[in-house]
Amino acid sequence: MSDSTAISNSAAADVGHSHHGEHPPYQRHHFETVEQQADTTNFAMWLFLLTEVMFFGGLFTAYMIMRNWYYPAFVEASHQLNIGWGSANTAVLILSSFTMAMGVWSAEMRKKGMLVLFLSLTFILGLAFLGIKSIEYHEKWVKHHVPGLHWSDASFLNPASDPEVHKDYPGDKPLQSDMAEKTQMYFFLYFAMTGMHALHMIIGISILGFMIVRARAGAYTTGHVNYVENFGLYWHFVDIIWIFLFPLLYLISRH
Amino acid sequence: MSAATIVSLPDQSTARIPKMNFLTKENGLLSWLLTGDHKRIATLYLISITFFFFIGGALAGLIRLELLTPQTSLMAADTYNKVFTMHGVIMVFLFLVPSVPATIGNFMIPMMVGAKDLALPKVNLLSWYLYIIAGCMVIYTMAAGGVDTGWTFTTPLSTHYLNTHVISTGLAIFVAGFSSIFTGLNFIVTIHKMRCPGMTWFRLPLFVWANYAASILMVLGTPVLAITLVLVVLERTVHIGVFDPAYGGDPILFQHLFWFYSHPAVYIMILPGMGVISEVVSTFSRKRVFGYTAVAFSSVAIAVFGFFVWAHHMFIMGISNYAALVFSLLTMLVAVPSAIKIFNWAFTLYKGSITFETPMLYAFGFMGLFTIGGMTGVFLGSTGTDIHLTETYFIVAHFHFVMVGGMLMAFLSGIHFWWPKWTGRMYPEKISQFAAVVTFIGFNFTFFPQFILGTLGMPRRYAAYPPEFQALNVFSTAGATILGVGYLLPILYLTWSLKYGEVAGNNPWQATGLEWQTQSPPLTENFPEIPIMDHEAYDYEWLERQQEKEVASVG
Amino acid sequence: MSELDQQVDHNEHEHHIVSPVVYLTIVLALLVGTGLTVWASYIDLGEWHIAPGLTLFWNPVVALAIACTKMTLVVLFFMHVKYSTRLTKLTVVCGLFTFLALVGMTMTDYFSRAWGRW
Repeated sequence: MSDSTAISNSAAADVGHSHHGEHPPYQRHHFETVEQQADTTNFAMWLFLLTEVMFFGGLFTAYMIMRNWYYPAFVEASHQLNIGWGSANTAVLILSSFTMAMGVWSAEMRKKGMLVLFLSLTFILGLAFLGIKSIEYHEKWVKHHVPGLHWSDASFLNPASDPEVHKDYPGDKPLQSDMAEKTQMYFFLYFAMTGMHALHMIIGISILGFMIVRARAGAYTTGHVNYVENFGLYWHFVDIIWIFLFPLLYLISRH
Repeated sequence: MSAATIVSLPDQSTARIPKMNFLTKENGLLSWLLTGDHKRIATLYLISITFFFFIGGALAGLIRLELLTPQTSLMAADTYNKVFTMHGVIMVFLFLVPSVPATIGNFMIPMMVGAKDLALPKVNLLSWYLYIIAGCMVIYTMAAGGVDTGWTFTTPLSTHYLNTHVISTGLAIFVAGFSSIFTGLNFIVTIHKMRCPGMTWFRLPLFVWANYAASILMVLGTPVLAITLVLVVLERTVHIGVFDPAYGGDPILFQHLFWFYSHPAVYIMILPGMGVISEVVSTFSRKRVFGYTAVAFSSVAIAVFGFFVWAHHMFIMGISNYAALVFSLLTMLVAVPSAIKIFNWAFTLYKGSITFETPMLYAFGFMGLFTIGGMTGVFLGSTGTDIHLTETYFIVAHFHFVMVGGMLMAFLSGIHFWWPKWTGRMYPEKISQFAAVVTFIGFNFTFFPQFILGTLGMPRRYAAYPPEFQALNVFSTAGATILGVGYLLPILYLTWSLKYGEVAGNNPWQATGLEWQTQSPPLTENFPEIPIMDHEAYDYEWLERQQEKEVASVG
Repeated sequence: MSELDQQVDHNEHEHHIVSPVVYLTIVLALLVGTGLTVWASYIDLGEWHIAPGLTLFWNPVVALAIACTKMTLVVLFFMHVKYSTRLTKLTVVCGLFTFLALVGMTMTDYFSRAWGRW
């Protein structure tokens, strides 16, 4: 406990208690105290994250089975992903989680300038993540690796036809045509999982934009840290999903 | 049946509906469409689900009419497929799942725990709007030509072989799913964080426990269905996916993911109904529910076990024999908490002062029919008999016994039970008792013959059948007509009672729940001041003392 | 001792502010973990033949172990679960449990399909 300080939102709570019927403006009418409201919304956010876990859970289950069935296809298809971009994106997202956590800290310490700074940094890092992601998506489109829309399995039937990847992974052997087809499955899951993740990022970034405006107006630095904190939970959750997507999609077998 | 009754109404010549209540607080359409009041949202839900119930019911009528004769005489076979699919989709996702939780639960849970509202009123309203959007999408689907996959969306049928409106139906269910997630989430948070002083977990009415368990299933199960339907929609649009064997996918994976939600979904449907029965049985026997703790935990146990039994829907679909064995064993486990409930209700009745008002009649219907439905579930949970009985009318009869005989009876029981609280007026007792009996008779005529048809081997989901099955099918259709009357009556007399019913007063049933200790219809924030719970649930002696005190102070 | 317990209980209801030093440590650990998982993927860690037809490859195990560690760090510190109420902790565990039920119970089918038929 030495590394952390414990305070309660006593200032806000005192107002509620001493002057009966006079609540801080952010307290909703059906709550008795600010603490109750904070507890409640925080718990609700956690429950929402549970539904998100199960939402991605379906995709992870599908991934697991398909990877076991079509392992050679998954290995060679994963070699098409650029490990540099992938690692960079992981770092970007982890850093954005850090700035978000610092944002929550600034709100708790009631430092408005810091809060706006850290939220903006999170916003920028989020955009950077999407930028890198779109570079990767573009690369897939150019190489005809978008299943269903823009597809060719030439790189897997004949790896030598794809010199860029082939020089890094000379051990990749040509796949039988039925297995080469299954690389579509990998790319389908790749797009479904990273796409669903990116969708969550886009939603998160939009909310961040709204929050930056509100933070500049001083909405979260008067003891009402709830909103920032709960959004932080969402943002960290999206980070966690990526922490799993990265090794599962990029690092299947690089040796 | 004795003439004894526990109903105690105020003197009708002087009694008035309280001027200030949640219905009269504000006027105008916008005050309803933008409301945050859980009671108003519950009312909106009640109207909407009743609307969809009658659409679904009309489709059921068409199905039964078609099956009156062995030939496809009323409609073409593919029309029949669309009719039973839309019947299933509407009844499951737009009626049964939200039926008790979103209406009675929405209205009563905050009152039962002594709160001013649900924890997240705006999310509650959002959930109703999502429900309406889903409903509109389903109606659009019907207008545009329907969908004929069955409500289970079996792949690759739904992704590869059909050209009907799978996408709009799938998205409708996706949206409806989020509506139910938000309801469940709201309930869990409310029950954890919004209880009034003195309201410990083991003082909560069992209705709250049951809805809590159902909410856990909604929150954890529904997202899996959502992502599954997204994958089905993607598979149809981009023609690549994890379910279609033509692309190397696995249709059984779809079954796993679909039933991971859809098996717990039947507990989402039945658990709140069980909660209603606990309230009603206790009130009309004047006894505390026997084994309160056991009944409370059996709800949670059903919720937990519910996640480990889904593959019993897949015994004939090619899952491994070992997995079938495990799932079959686990399925038998669910029978235990269900039986705990049934036995405890029976023990509650034992030596109780039972009266036979309408909610109690429906509750008796529930207990009988749910027991039959549950027992036949054991037949289907055993791998051996399941292979013979599955995909026959035995299945249809089984889940209609549980869902219609169980859940719908519980829903009607609850609606009658809380109608005085909701509207401030009593429903007419005699005709509603008649309706309850008609429903029970009609129900048995409709669905009991289907058990026999199933064991004889009549498959489900066909418009035509061999002529030797006709006699029983005629029986079933005749019963459905009676059942239809049984369902039409309540909507007529309940609407009538809105204006002409007797004034109910605060607590016509002499029930103990906190919701009965305030005016009916309640105030916008439920209680004049936050109540303090100083007694156990179902403590009828406390109620008596309370009333004596009131008489003394008034006298 | 009991006094200490009371204090801990009491503090559960108060709002904890985690210091930036902790956040900084965690973010460094996460970045190191990322490097480690990339590095580990370039090494063939071999496999373990548990039984005929059942082989465990160490590479994915290590990758997932690192990912799980990273997740735990994020959940405990960034998401403040270490300082949260028991209800929050239970909620997290509940989510993991249901997720594992989905994956695990589905796998009982897939793993045992090849075991032959009766």
